[in-house]
Amino acid sequence: MNLARVTWVGGPVVRARPEAGFAMREAVRVGEAGLLGEVVRLERQEIVVQVYEETTGLAPGARVVGNGSPLAVRLSPGLLGRIFDGLLRPLVVAGDPFVHAGTPAAVAPPLAFTPTLRAGDHLAPGHPFGAVTVVGGRILPALAPPRLAGEVVRVAAAGAYRDDEVVCTVRTEGGEEVAVSLAHPWSVREPRPVAARLVPDAPLVTGQRIIDTFLPVARGASAAIPGGFGTGKTVLLESLAKGCDADVIVYVGCGERGNELAGLLAELPELPDPRTGGPLIERSVIIANTSNMPVAAREASIYTGVTVAEYFRDMGLNVAVMADSTSRWAEALREVSGRLGELPGEAGYPSYLSSRLADFYERAARVRTLSGAEGSVTLLGAVSPPSGDMEEPVVVHTRRYVRALWVLDTERAHARFYPAIHPLTSYSEEAPRLAAWWHAHGQPHWEQVRSRLLTLLEAEQRLARMARILGAEALPAAQRLILVQARLVNEALLRQSAFSAVDAQCPPERQAAMTRVVVRFLDLAEEALACGVAPETMVGLPTYLRLLRMGEEVAGEEAFGALNEAVEQDFVRLGCPAGRVGKKGVER
Amino acid sequence: MSGLAVELAGGLARIDGGLLFFERTATVGYNEAVEVVGDDGRTRLGRVAAVDEERIVVELLESTTGLALATTRVRLLGEPLKLAVGPGMLGRTFNGVGEAIDGGPPVAAAEMRRVEGLAIKPVARAAPSEFIETGITAIDLLDSLVRGQKLPIFSGGGLPHDQIAIDIVCHARLAGSAERATDGGSGEGDAAGFAICFAGIGIPHDTAERFRWAMEQSGAAARTLLFLNLASDPPAQRLLAPRVALTAAEYLAFTEGRHVLVVLTDMTNYCEALREVSAGHGEIPSRKGYPGYLYSDLASLYERAGRIRGLPGSLTQIPILTMPGDDMSHPIPDLTGYITEGQIVLDRDLARRSLYPPVKVLSSLSRLMKEGTGAGFTHADHPALATQLYASYARAVQARVLASVVGEEGVSEIDRGYLHFGDTFESKVIAQTGPRSLAESMAAGWNALRLLPGAELHRLSGAQIAAHLGPTAGGGK
Repeated sequence: MNLARVTWVGGPVVRARPEAGFAMREAVRVGEAGLLGEVVRLERQEIVVQVYEETTGLAPGARVVGNGSPLAVRLSPGLLGRIFDGLLRPLVVAGDPFVHAGTPAAVAPPLAFTPTLRAGDHLAPGHPFGAVTVVGGRILPALAPPRLAGEVVRVAAAGAYRDDEVVCTVRTEGGEEVAVSLAHPWSVREPRPVAARLVPDAPLVTGQRIIDTFLPVARGASAAIPGGFGTGKTVLLESLAKGCDADVIVYVGCGERGNELAGLLAELPELPDPRTGGPLIERSVIIANTSNMPVAAREASIYTGVTVAEYFRDMGLNVAVMADSTSRWAEALREVSGRLGELPGEAGYPSYLSSRLADFYERAARVRTLSGAEGSVTLLGAVSPPSGDMEEPVVVHTRRYVRALWVLDTERAHARFYPAIHPLTSYSEEAPRLAAWWHAHGQPHWEQVRSRLLTLLEAEQRLARMARILGAEALPAAQRLILVQARLVNEALLRQSAFSAVDAQCPPERQAAMTRVVVRFLDLAEEALACGVAPETMVGLPTYLRLLRMGEEVAGEEAFGALNEAVEQDFVRLGCPAGRVGKKGVER
Repeated sequence: MSGLAVELAGGLARIDGGLLFFERTATVGYNEAVEVVGDDGRTRLGRVAAVDEERIVVELLESTTGLALATTRVRLLGEPLKLAVGPGMLGRTFNGVGEAIDGGPPVAAAEMRRVEGLAIKPVARAAPSEFIETGITAIDLLDSLVRGQKLPIFSGGGLPHDQIAIDIVCHARLAGSAERATDGGSGEGDAAGFAICFAGIGIPHDTAERFRWAMEQSGAAARTLLFLNLASDPPAQRLLAPRVALTAAEYLAFTEGRHVLVVLTDMTNYCEALREVSAGHGEIPSRKGYPGYLYSDLASLYERAGRIRGLPGSLTQIPILTMPGDDMSHPIPDLTGYITEGQIVLDRDLARRSLYPPVKVLSSLSRLMKEGTGAGFTHADHPALATQLYASYARAVQARVLASVVGEEGVSEIDRGYLHFGDTFESKVIAQTGPRSLAESMAAGWNALRLLPGAELHRLSGAQIAAHLGPTAGGGK
């Protein structure tokens, strides 16, 4: 145990005179309340500690106690379905509704454990030694710590155990006996080891058309969502948390609004998980560090989130992390850096902002785990650039490390066009890898269709500029048709209401059906134009309006069949010879 | 409060800006409150900004004028700054540090509360969902306010933000309830009652007086408490005024169980004071000279709004800020918008056209609207109507840009329809002369939509069009 005495206090940074050797990044307890902190600078005569809690009342002379190990969180299968602060200490509903510094950790309820190994068996690093029943009756493996190997000496009988009780004892090669419980500690800043990194090849299906069909993200990759305030970052991240097909969701509310978290917390236990039918909360771990909770813990919270995600990944699960917002994390980094008196870089952020962002996003991966299973961590981070500036440091550096960027557009948000992801300024580097998956899921010509629709939107953007100068009337019919077609793509496919019972979640089959009928309309419209039909006449077709509202009003496979039929009929009525149109894009 | 206090005399070594450097001869904790007494006998409040083994750095929340090194004494209060709260606060007027300035006796303290407050645990919060009818269409219909929300008004110099705040607090009531803050006594539906807490931060005397007068006129004076830090008061006190007001409001909301509406004006003055104090500390400035922690600091105020599970009251905030240069990307509105649950933006063009309230609808937003509107809360078709009005008005604004280039004759018939809709929307829906009920606001919205052909209303369902706009609209071209 290392000891030091506080010599200086100023906000979340404390200096102390050490009596024994501390190590960098060593976790410490400060003062009588035992405030949690981390050593961030070392000198022979002085250590500097970043304190994760409010330091009001702390005085020179207070004790700083270190236990020799780095800041770590206790990872346990029992984390599922619960809510924690930025340092993975449970936030409990009971008792005082306010956060106090130095609150002792509450003990988790016992978990049902069944051993899968017997005395004498060999336990390899990161391998399971038993099975644990967690919330919702889900059975998860009890994992050995990643660096522990040896012969099982004793293992507890099946039964209910708290996650800090010893359930297994292992003798290492060196002959040392190590006690293992259901939980084990892991340093938040160190990625958990894996057997191999694999190439992501399947999308994280989010149920959002603009993402899955246009700008997909792979399981094990990362995406960032930059957007000014009011563009719908939080609503989008929450939609993804509710609708994406991950096995476990880690939602990190990093420096965001308490009321919104409260809304999410009220909703998750009510909403059913589309895959299991159980409440969504049972597949979620929520890490809440609202904007008025201590700033230094905000800095730690996204590492805490990704560490929890890696732990569940190591069980062979697909995990998605939603971090809202990484800008608040970067600001916490800047604030602490300022208090340490470090030289500021761009916009006052420390010069290591970029490498810290890389540390975070590089932890997104699809892997073979130590125990041979396959798992993934997908990272989705919101970015809140000041005044929507896409050139500011956090956005610029984030772009270097993410594979997909979903830029939220203020103009779309103002028109209540949600999700306000701009289809042209956003991108996904994952699209080529994911074509094969879509081919097997209802869109055999996915990449051609996707490219056609994006090209159409691009052409519209160019024409809209011209239309603004000349007036849309002045454009030739072919160009007016592009405006009509683009509006259909925007309204029918890209717009999706997060609050519509039918449309909030759009599974891949439904996305394929909607895309098919829209593409069919586009084809027929081009054919009709060639027959001399004016684009304005096509806007007047009953099915045009029905397609615009299709998201909220059309449900079920037969309904799409009927809609497709109605589209054909509409064009037949326009007097275009039916059947002359090629069947491209319509594979039924 | 000075019962346990330790007094140090003669230890003052340096005065630098608002910071006093004392030799440390007693134990003192970081962020604890102190009272500094000068030769003039006046007591000035301060807090410990840093402390080491030799010295104590005190941040004075008042003027340093008249303090001398030799004669200045400091009383260490041994605890963070606290405010005496208790019944009997309503109807009173206090200064920015919480001292009564209305000539009445000090408030009988039921308890002492930290003015900095404590963060509400996210798990202990109840999600806000009770619709508040403010009587203002731009808010009720398009950007609804719910209990426990923080919805700021982004304004500019010379715009009628004060009048809007007054209108809101005078008319605010729960939908379907007749009781308002301005009705006396206790309502049956809400025995807990309302309260209005007004924090003036660096405001001119006139503004304070106008608010007080309006509250007296409407009969709400007995349920209002005022905290006034006037423009002539020391800037450092501006940092305290909203905290003191929120501490009192939290007591009224979560201990007495009232529904408290807190008006904080002007937050721009608050941020200016913070910049001044930060510069005085020699901190590294961030955007436009504001400290890097401006976000966290504002959050420590705004996040004090909300509801708590199992407790009856609520704390709703209406912060007002004047955007420097009407620039919404300025750090003050920008960071505020990132913390609050939406914003009501005022527009100089509308104000010039004498439209009241001049709300810039497209930039305004209420994030909690979806929680408190629709079936079971207001009207089943309320959210769809609001979304349709937004979409149509956005299109109308686009049509205006086009018309400004090619002339009104040069735009298509559809666009001419939108131009007409846009004007009507501004003059008949947004602008109003007296308070409107939500039903009246919705009727105004449906009326405006009648100007557009049904085929353009694709945010509404066929059934909604038929029910509210009649068969003629649905068949439009």
